Amino acid sequence: MSQHTVIPFGPQHPVLPEPLHLDLVVDDERVIEAVPQIGFIHRGLERMTQTHDYNQFIYIAERICGICAFGHSLGYAETIESLLGVEIPPRAEYLRVILHELSRMHSHILWLGLAADAFGHEALFMHCWRLRERILDVFEATTGGRVILSAVIVGGMVRDQDAAMLQMIKDTIVGIKDEYGQLVNTFVNDSSIRSRLDGIGYISKEDAMRYGMVGPFARASNVNNDVRCLGKGGYGKLSTFDPIMDTSGDCFGRAKVRALEVLQSADIIEEMIDTIPGGEVAIPVKHAPEPGAQACNTLEQPRGECYYYALSNGTKYLERMRMRTPTSVNLAGMAMALKGCDLADVNMIVLTIDPCISCTER
Amino acid sequence: MGFASKSPWVIHYDASSCNGCDIEVLAALCPGYDVERFGIINTGNPKHADIFLVTGSVNEQNIRVVQEIYNQMLEPKVVVACGCCACTGGVFHDSYNVLGGVDQAIPVDVYAPGCAVRPEAIIDAVVEGLAVLEQKSEALQQQRKGA
Ligand code: SF4
Repeated sequence: MSQHTVIPFGPQHPVLPEPLHLDLVVDDERVIEAVPQIGFIHRGLERMTQTHDYNQFIYIAERICGICAFGHSLGYAETIESLLGVEIPPRAEYLRVILHELSRMHSHILWLGLAADAFGHEALFMHCWRLRERILDVFEATTGGRVILSAVIVGGMVRDQDAAMLQMIKDTIVGIKDEYGQLVNTFVNDSSIRSRLDGIGYISKEDAMRYGMVGPFARASNVNNDVRCLGKGGYGKLSTFDPIMDTSGDCFGRAKVRALEVLQSADIIEEMIDTIPGGEVAIPVKHAPEPGAQACNTLEQPRGECYYYALSNGTKYLERMRMRTPTSVNLAGMAMALKGCDLADVNMIVLTIDPCISCTER
Repeated sequence: MGFASKSPWVIHYDASSCNGCDIEVLAALCPGYDVERFGIINTGNPKHADIFLVTGSVNEQNIRVVQEIYNQMLEPKVVVACGCCACTGGVFHDSYNVLGGVDQAIPVDVYAPGCAVRPEAIIDAVVEGLAVLEQKSEALQQQRKGA
């Protein structure tokens, strides 16, 4: 029997800005097993719901993760709203979807850049991040923040966006789409990229279902679990919505799903801006929930389905708050995809689940 | 030794940040702010780095890692704490798993505030850090001459 070696990967590793530690058991160049170890960025956020009331916690919820910051504040606000039985004004729903889809675009473009960096395409990395800056400029103009937006409150949105601002968003999106088309073309058609990604880290549809994978990671294996299809909030007002799927199940499929989702998000934003109704954007919410009331909520984050649960104790402080984030589910699938791969492909496979460790550990 | 402050290499470690500050650190290195044109390059190897950019607060688990990276860096070196979390613990300061700012683990030279820290603030902090780097390298030279 040949000798097995254990190679540590992370927590400080150039390919991932986040601390994820993997113990890679390798036989020669082949990975036999990958054992993920987390716990480097646990901050105890769920516990903090007991020391901060629900209006304060929304700003902390946003800081669960800086990339899907808006998504977390939105998911949390929706949970609390259903706990309190509050209906928010329709204009706020539209604005939330617009900002959420913008964050999805920013998250996916950021990921495509990191992926390009991982397979050594430096120019593509820089182009992706340059394009992403334009979305951040939109955030800065509309909400004042670049990554932490603080735009959602329980009961609606912090401020309204006027017609000129919405038009600006739309113009930017149209401009981005144009340039982004060229990047996607490189991603999908370039032969050097294909040779690096095709067939790497394959996961079949059955395995994806068995491991309960979510988000673009699962959609690349042809499992449709896009919770946007349920039509919650503003998503219900869309004329059509077809999730983007792929059958290849490898790294290339995952890159392609994400690349095309950006264009889909752009279409959603345009449609939302065209059909946005007028009216208020927030209603005052002051009362405390019923003791023992429970609420749960799912939301499609850029990385997949995120599940929120809240239990009230009759005060403004929650008894229990629980989040199940997409990466914690996908880690199992990742450990499986790593089995039997080449050592050189490890960083690519780790990246294609788009790991968000700070969501996972909170 | 003065050359290090002309083209300092940085290493970035995410202690327990929420990613907000991490992506701003990366954004500062990428087009838009593009500090690479001044010769500031991001490296993955602590032995090559002059400036250590830490984001996020420290906890029991990662304090070793932060110290390890710091110890592996060669003198002279500068530590920049990026973001409120790295400065003091930020919004998480009273959480059970947060020990506090990065200065609980290693000596910090420059603090860059903000939640999330803006790329402009990071650039300012690094420029400030360069002066500290220059001082430290001169002190080191004096020491060598004296010895
Ligand atoms: S300072 Fe703010 S943005 Fe930065 S890591 Fe802390 S919570 Fe996140």
